[in-house]
Amino acid sequence: MVELVAKSPCGGRLPVEHGASRLSEVAMTRLTSLQPKQGQEKALSQALKSAHGMVFPAPNRATGKEGARAIWIGKGQAMLVGPEPDAGLAAHAAMTDQSDAWAMVRLEGAAAENVLARLVPVDLRQTVFKRGHSVRTMLQHMSVSITRISDEAFFILAFRSMAGTLVHDLETAMKGVAARR
Amino acid sequence: MRIAGKGLVDHGTPVRFSFDGRQLEGFQGDTLASALLANDVKLVARSFKYHRPRGIMGAGSEESSALVTIGSGATQDPNVRATVQEIYDGLAAHSQNCWPSLNYDLLSVNDLFAPFLGAGFYYKTFMWPKVFWEKLYEPVIRRSAGIGALSGKANAEYYEKAFAFCDLLVIGAGPAGLMAALTAGRAGADVILCDEDSLLGGRLNGETFEVGGMAGSDWAAETVRELESLPNVRVMPRTSVTGAYDQGTYGALERVSHHVAAREGRPLECFWRIVAKRAVLAAGAIERPVAFPNNDRPGIMTASAVRTYLNRYGVAPGQRVTIFANNDDAHRTARDLVDAGVHVAAVIDSRAEAPEGAGYEVIKGAEVCGSEGRKGLEAVSYRRADGSVDKVQTDCLAMSGGWNPTVHLTCHMNGRPNWHGGIHSFVPVPGAIPGLEAVGACNGAFSTHRAFVEGAEAALRALGDLGVKAKKSVVPESEDSPYRIEPLWAVAGKGRAWLDFQNDVTVKDVQGAAQENFRSVEHMKRYTTQGMAPDQGKNSNVAALAVLADATGRGIEETGTTTFRPPFVPVAIAAFGAGGQGTGFAPQRHTTSHAESVRRGAPMIEAGLWYRPSYFPATGERTWRQSCDREVNMVRGTVGVCDVSTLGKIDIQGKDAGQFLDFVYANTFSTLKPGKVRYGLMLREDGFVMDDGTTARIAEDHFVMTTTTAAAGQVMRHLEYVHQCLCPDLDVAMISVTEQWAQFAVAGPKSRDLLNGIVAEEIDNESFPFMGCGPATIGGVAGRLFRISFSGEHAYEIAVPARYGESLFKLLLERAEAMGGGAYGMEALNVLRIEKGFITHAEIHGRVTADDIGMGRLVSAKKDCIGKTMSERPGLSGEEREQLVGLMPVGVVKQITAGAHLFEPGAEPVRSNAQGYVTSVCFSPTLETSLGLAFLRNGRARHGEEITMVDHLRGVTTRCKVCDPVFLDPEGGRVRG
Repeated sequence: MVELVAKSPCGGRLPVEHGASRLSEVAMTRLTSLQPKQGQEKALSQALKSAHGMVFPAPNRATGKEGARAIWIGKGQAMLVGPEPDAGLAAHAAMTDQSDAWAMVRLEGAAAENVLARLVPVDLRQTVFKRGHSVRTMLQHMSVSITRISDEAFFILAFRSMAGTLVHDLETAMKGVAARR
Repeated sequence: MRIAGKGLVDHGTPVRFSFDGRQLEGFQGDTLASALLANDVKLVARSFKYHRPRGIMGAGSEESSALVTIGSGATQDPNVRATVQEIYDGLAAHSQNCWPSLNYDLLSVNDLFAPFLGAGFYYKTFMWPKVFWEKLYEPVIRRSAGIGALSGKANAEYYEKAFAFCDLLVIGAGPAGLMAALTAGRAGADVILCDEDSLLGGRLNGETFEVGGMAGSDWAAETVRELESLPNVRVMPRTSVTGAYDQGTYGALERVSHHVAAREGRPLECFWRIVAKRAVLAAGAIERPVAFPNNDRPGIMTASAVRTYLNRYGVAPGQRVTIFANNDDAHRTARDLVDAGVHVAAVIDSRAEAPEGAGYEVIKGAEVCGSEGRKGLEAVSYRRADGSVDKVQTDCLAMSGGWNPTVHLTCHMNGRPNWHGGIHSFVPVPGAIPGLEAVGACNGAFSTHRAFVEGAEAALRALGDLGVKAKKSVVPESEDSPYRIEPLWAVAGKGRAWLDFQNDVTVKDVQGAAQENFRSVEHMKRYTTQGMAPDQGKNSNVAALAVLADATGRGIEETGTTTFRPPFVPVAIAAFGAGGQGTGFAPQRHTTSHAESVRRGAPMIEAGLWYRPSYFPATGERTWRQSCDREVNMVRGTVGVCDVSTLGKIDIQGKDAGQFLDFVYANTFSTLKPGKVRYGLMLREDGFVMDDGTTARIAEDHFVMTTTTAAAGQVMRHLEYVHQCLCPDLDVAMISVTEQWAQFAVAGPKSRDLLNGIVAEEIDNESFPFMGCGPATIGGVAGRLFRISFSGEHAYEIAVPARYGESLFKLLLERAEAMGGGAYGMEALNVLRIEKGFITHAEIHGRVTADDIGMGRLVSAKKDCIGKTMSERPGLSGEEREQLVGLMPVGVVKQITAGAHLFEPGAEPVRSNAQGYVTSVCFSPTLETSLGLAFLRNGRARHGEEITMVDHLRGVTTRCKVCDPVFLDPEGGRVRG
């Protein structure tokens, strides 16, 4: 009998804390990309609402809450984060398991905004980028998805293979911000 | 000389620093310049070209003369303006461009040859012989001329970059900027206030003005405290806004820790990209020198700089100060000095109607026409209106030719400033930078009162544009003296009169340019190099073009000005590219097997952003070839394992998925049965080959496409383009799953035995025939199994969710090693595929067609596809084309090299005789010979012929036999196992 051992993308590099920011890995969970079939956008949104409690997110938005979120990740694409997708969704969407494709980290603390300002060329001020807002953008040189999940916390998705660089870049920025205090 | 108790520096906190090794002391709050002057150090630098002794000219970031080097070794920082560098304990500054020392600079001999070394001299003199310019003249000239030098070593210091966003960006924190920031800050707008200085307040800190009944500097400090207390205002001292760009984007350089001995993890500098909805430019003005003969001696400085040193730093730059001016403003210098008890020798004013002095003599209608003192000013001579010349003993001359508004940022989007006859200066053109308004001195409003008013009004207008309600600020009471000036640019007389102190350009040089018909201001600039030094002409542009206007008999307005470009101050490339040093250049993509491969000693090579193992050295192996040969034999003989996760994987779903694939692939996929895999070739729209790979049909409406590692991104983009633009009507969805799956090739005669030991399902020729695929369960984990081969062996690729990748890799290796197999790397993978004639992007490099690689028939005749029509153009197939062939050496020389060219035996190996070229080579341990894949004209018809391979670069000539590119097992018996 063989046994395979699971390893998380950031595997042991996290959590780290510097000054007023803390970076931790979000425990591996189910990630499913949802792409509505032709003409099924509304039906998918309704099915999503009744099955998982959130509508299909508009561009640059995330719906749902901790434990079950849908995050817009591209044209006609959302990522269902958390729940095992309801089988009924398959009638309205192409679903793909992405649970292992992304490194998931949470950056939080009073300095989190300032840390991301070192790496992300997007306006993430609280007044502009509110809870439930999401963006596909660059973090230093890598493509990421960033969602504000609370006043002082961001949920970041990056390619699994780039987890090392993700942690390195974020930690460098965290240290730089912390040193300014 | 320090004046006890005066100034805003902290007299209670002494700071020790050194200049050229000499230990000196200043106070907390001093710049290097003020501390040097306090220690009576006047000679600070040598000039660029003539090595003239130079002192300190100004007190701001525009400083033209006092450039020094800070630190030593890899971190040495050249051309630091002493006026900007704050002192700290242990600061070590050095003079530059002098040898052996600042005091005895041998190259000051250049100064004696000055009559010959004027502008244009080098171009005219060192013309002949031509080759000598690059090899001899230029290096010699460059060595004798110059300013500071970089260390030439890699500097690992930490730089940072950052992004910021705001409603209103206020550039400059003098009276105008502070008032603008205060107005907008109190209204609740998001404000960023940047100022170059460590102490905010601008001229308020350098003057003795009262503002609202208190000292101007106190008002500034109080205002800054209020701004800092507002949560919506970000105050950024030591931050120079360096450029204005499209859509309200500004660059800004923050000097984070140049001013402290211990950085404690802080970056040295941070380069900001600030996006502002509106901006107020309150950059102030720069006082201009007057060009009179020998106006560059240490001790000659601008009048406002003298006031700054006196009032802000409590330093008198001289003991007997003379003032030379053409305006009322400079008379303040005399008043402040007298009030502070410093002797004023005279005020020499070029205007006949100059105001009277109070406690000092004013010599009206006179001009300073010369100076004395080699390493420090000793006397100046002046000429009265009647032509008589007198001399006055003095150790400091405070000169003022008026003020130039700091219009630079308004020119960054190609705007040219307007000439304002009333103040004899250029002023910004409104709207030159969309969303930016210039106020205060940089807008030509020179009184403190006008600065306050304009700052407040501009902020209100900006807030109005943004729909933010604001109360009108009460403008504090302050001076509102008129600006009285009569133009004076250059004083005639014997001796050189300097315009551009940094590049050693004189009045005579500019006149020479005009004489040689370089009459356009742009030509004059290039001819003389005026304005091309680190200060970018901040101190000299206006005066230089006034001299040019005079020399060409035109007005200043007609002559015009050259433009200003970013950056406003010098910016280290390390700051622009912060985070990009070393491996920060690009993200690193690691496979799940990375750590294990490294642990096994595999050298990792880059494949795009990925890192892949080159080979896995075994005990006793000393060269890569030994490891590679062993790994090839291992795959051919038993079983090998290789991580192939880097190949692009695209999940394609939808009822029209088959139809979509038929359109993007040259061959047909809609006929593929579920549970089967097919090789596919993709063409670009121009008919050439784009990429290849295999695509598996998982279910009726579900495919998984693989791409090459290198083209994964390109193919994904292409598919999106085709779907969104060419066939949006098809119901198909695609998404990358490259990162989701860890995939390993298991290749070799024992591959099935290995897999049957770990996969729950029974694998045989029936359940998994060649090109079959299906689910596979490993230790309860749902995976996928594909029977495909890139080695020509009986082989599989097994995929599991990436979290199990490392674990599966270790398991596969453990099992393989027990069977006499093991891991193989990229080198072996390459040999295996060359032996089988399989192509990579070395072959499909963008200039080959399907026919060239022998796959012409793969372009289906039964359907249309992208690139099909274009591939049918004449000249893209047939015997004129260079076609894929195999090469084997037949002569004494056995070496085949990639990139070599092919020639008919006996033909001269020149370009016009070339018959083709070699794309991939290897040594085949299986066939025990070198092998090559090559493109040869009409190659398919020439199997069996002999050809000569010539590598001109490496000097290799090899006789080769042309053969089929499939060297091994052409019938494919091995893959079918």
